[in-house]
Amino acid sequence: MSKSPDLTTLIFGRLTWDAIPLHVPILLWTFIAVMLGAVAVLGALTYFRLWGYLWREWFTSIDHKKIGIMYIVLGLVMLLRGFADAIMMRLQQAISFGHSVGYLPPEHYDQIFTAHGVIMILFVAMPLVTGIMNYVVPLQIGARDVAFPFLNNFSFWMTTAGALLVMMSLFVGEFARTGWLAYPPLSGIAQSPDVGVDYYIWALQIAGVGTLLSGINLLVTIVKMRAPGMRLMKMPMFVWTALCTNVLIVAAFPVLTAVLALLALDRYVGTNFFTTVLGGNAMMYVNLIWIWGHPEVYILILPAFGIFSEVVPTFSRKRLFGYASMVYASVVITVLAYLVWLHHFFTMGSGASVNSFFGITTMIISIPTGAKLFNWLFTMYRGRITFEVPMLWTIAFMVTFTLGGMTGVMLAVPPADFALHNSLFLVAHFHNVIIGGVLFGLFAGINFWFPKAFGFRLDPFWGKCSFWFWVTGFYFAFMPLYVLGMMGVTRRLSHFDDPSLQIWFQIAAFGAVLIALGILCMLIQFYVSFRRREALRDHTGDPWDARTLEWSTSSPPPVYNFAFTPQIHDTDAWWQMKQHNYRRPVDGFLAIHMPKNTGAGIILAGISMVFGFAMIWHMWLLVALSFLALLVVAIGHTFNYERDYYIPADEVTRVEALRTEQLASHV
Amino acid sequence: MSAHTDVQHGHDDEHDHDDGASHATLRGYLTGFVLAAILTIIPFWLVMSGGFEKSSTTAIVVLAFATVQIVVHVIYFLHMDTKSQGGWNMLALIFTLVLVVITLSGSIWIMYHLNHNMMPSMMQDPRNLP
Repeated sequence: MSKSPDLTTLIFGRLTWDAIPLHVPILLWTFIAVMLGAVAVLGALTYFRLWGYLWREWFTSIDHKKIGIMYIVLGLVMLLRGFADAIMMRLQQAISFGHSVGYLPPEHYDQIFTAHGVIMILFVAMPLVTGIMNYVVPLQIGARDVAFPFLNNFSFWMTTAGALLVMMSLFVGEFARTGWLAYPPLSGIAQSPDVGVDYYIWALQIAGVGTLLSGINLLVTIVKMRAPGMRLMKMPMFVWTALCTNVLIVAAFPVLTAVLALLALDRYVGTNFFTTVLGGNAMMYVNLIWIWGHPEVYILILPAFGIFSEVVPTFSRKRLFGYASMVYASVVITVLAYLVWLHHFFTMGSGASVNSFFGITTMIISIPTGAKLFNWLFTMYRGRITFEVPMLWTIAFMVTFTLGGMTGVMLAVPPADFALHNSLFLVAHFHNVIIGGVLFGLFAGINFWFPKAFGFRLDPFWGKCSFWFWVTGFYFAFMPLYVLGMMGVTRRLSHFDDPSLQIWFQIAAFGAVLIALGILCMLIQFYVSFRRREALRDHTGDPWDARTLEWSTSSPPPVYNFAFTPQIHDTDAWWQMKQHNYRRPVDGFLAIHMPKNTGAGIILAGISMVFGFAMIWHMWLLVALSFLALLVVAIGHTFNYERDYYIPADEVTRVEALRTEQLASHV
Repeated sequence: MSAHTDVQHGHDDEHDHDDGASHATLRGYLTGFVLAAILTIIPFWLVMSGGFEKSSTTAIVVLAFATVQIVVHVIYFLHMDTKSQGGWNMLALIFTLVLVVITLSGSIWIMYHLNHNMMPSMMQDPRNLP
C-alpha cells in the first residue's frame, strides 16, 4: 500500500506525530486529565497491591457473576464518556447561533456525535444489558454457571477491547465523522481517507465477536441448563426476554459483521461494493446495516421489558398478570423485529408498496408492546405497591416509553416520515424510547439486583435523587427537540442561523445539566451505599421478599450458586417455595464440579486489540505478528486440559453452615 | 429430468435410513456423497454443454439443483432430523430459514424498488420541470 516500502512505514504505517492532537486545546486538556486520572488509579492499584487480586479474582474469572459485574462496570464507565459527548453537543448547540460559532469546530463536532451514538448503543447499553443477563439468567434458571464459561470471559474482554479502541481514537488519530452507522459513500475511502472510519470498523468488529459469542452462550445456557421442572412456560419472564434477545443477537450480528467486512474491503483493497462507481451501490449498505440495526434496538429493549416484568410483581406483591400473553408478545416482537427495517429509510426512494408494507409492520409492533404495558398495569392493579427505587424507575418508564412509542407510530406513517426524517423529532423519539425504555429499565435492574450481587442494598435517598434528576432532566432535554423537529430542524448541525430557535436549545441544555446531576447522584449513591453497607446489609438473601430463584441464594451467592439444584414447580419458583415453608438443606452436601479460571480470554482480546490497532494504522508488520500470535495463543489454549476442579464437600458444608448461622442470627 | 427422480430416491433413502440409525453411518455418508456428486455433475454438464437456449433458464435450473444440494448436505452431513436435540435443531433451522428468506427477499424487493425509482430518467425529471 505504501509508496516506498521503507522500515518506518512497515512498522508505524500511517501513524505519525501529527496524529496526536496536541494542537487541539480541548483534546489536549482532556488527554492530560485522563492521563493524570489513569496514573492515579494505576498508582493506587499498585500501592494497595491490588494487581494480583484483580488478575486472579476478576480479570481471569469465568464466574458468570463476576463477568456480569465487570460488564456493568464497563457500561457505567462508558456511560460517563458517552454523556460527556452528549453534554458537549448540547452546549455547542445552545451557544452556536448567528455570529457565534460555538466552541467546537465542525470536524470535531461530527466526531462527537458519531462517538456518542456508537458508545451509547454498543458500549453502554449493550454491556449493561449483557451484564445483567449474565448475572441474573443462570441464577434464575438454577444453574451454576453459563454453558461455556471460558467463552463468557473471552466475550467480555472482546467487548472491552472494542471499547478501548474507541477511547484510543480520542487521543491517537480521530474517530469517524459519519454518524453512528457510517453510511457510505461518506464512510468510503474517497470521502473519509483518514483513520476515523477504520477505528469505527475495527472497534465494532472486535466487540461484535464478543457480543455474538455471549449471545450463543446465553442461548445455549437457557435452552440446556434449566433446573429440573422448569419447562419453557415456567421460566421467569426475564429469562424469556433474555432468550428472545439472544436469539436476535445470534441472528442479527453476523449481518453487521458481514456488512462491515464489505465496507472494510472497499476501504482497504479497493473493491466497489458500496462506492458510487463500477456498479457499487451505497444503498445496499443502508439496507444491510438496518437489517442488523433494527433487531439491535429490540435486543436492547427486550431485557428491559424482562426487568420490569420482575420488578412490577415483586413490588406489587402479586403474580405477573398475563404471563402467557407476555411470552407470546415477546416472541412476536422477536419475529417482527425482522420485518420492519425499511422504516429507517422510507425516504431513500422506495415506492408506495414497499413503504406501506414496512409502515404497517412497524405499526403492528406497537400491539404486543401495548399488551405488555397493559399487563404491567393490571399487575399493579389492586396490588400492594411499595415505591422502592426500582419501582419508581418502572413507573417513569411506563409514562415515558408510552410517549416514545406514540411518536414512533407517528414516524411509522411514511408520509409523516417524509417530513420528520432526519429531523430532531427523530432524535427526540429514539432517545425517548432508549432512555425512557432501556436505560430506565437498566437502572431499575441495577437497583433491584444490586443487593444480590454485593450483599447490601443501594441507598434509597440518593437513588431517588438520581431518579428525579434523570426523569425531569430527560423531559427538559428532549421535549424541546420534538418541538424543534416539528419546525423542521435537522439533526447533526453544529451551527444555526435562526435566533428564534435558540431558546429551545437552551432548555435542552438545561435538561442535559439535570441529567448530569442525575448521573452524579448515582455515583454518590454507590459511594454512600458502600460507606453505609453495614446498615444496608442484606442478611436474608431476599431483601425485597421477591419471587424468583435468584433470591433463594445468599447475597452475594456462593461461587457455585446452588448447593443442590432446585426443583421447580411454579413460574415464581422462590415464591412458591416460601409459600410451602421450604426448608434449606443443611447437610448431605457433595463435592461440586466447577470450571477453572484462565487468562486466555484477556490475552486473546488484548492481542485482538493490537491487531485492530495495527489494521487501523496500516502497520502491516504488526498486523502479521499479532495475527500469528492470535493463532498461537488460541491453539495453545486448546492444549490447556486443567479446566475444571471440584469444590470439596467440606468446603460446601462450611459455606452453607455460615449461611445457616447468618440466617439464624437475623430472623 | 432424470435428476428429479434421483432426488426422490434420495428422500426415500433418507427415510428408510432414519429408522435404522439416527447418526453418522458409512452408508449415510456414501449416499450423501453420491447424491452431492450427482447434483454437482448435472449442473456442470448443463453449463458446459449449453443445455438450454436461454441462459436464464440454465441459471434457474442450476439454482434449483443448488437448493436440493443444500438439503442433501443438511440431512446427510449435518444429520438434521426432527428428533435431534429434542427438536431444538429443527426449530433453529426453521427460524434461520425464515430469517434468511425475509432478509433476501426483502432486500431484493427493496433494492429493486430503489433502483426503479432512481432510474436516470426519473433523476432528470425535476431538472426538466421548470
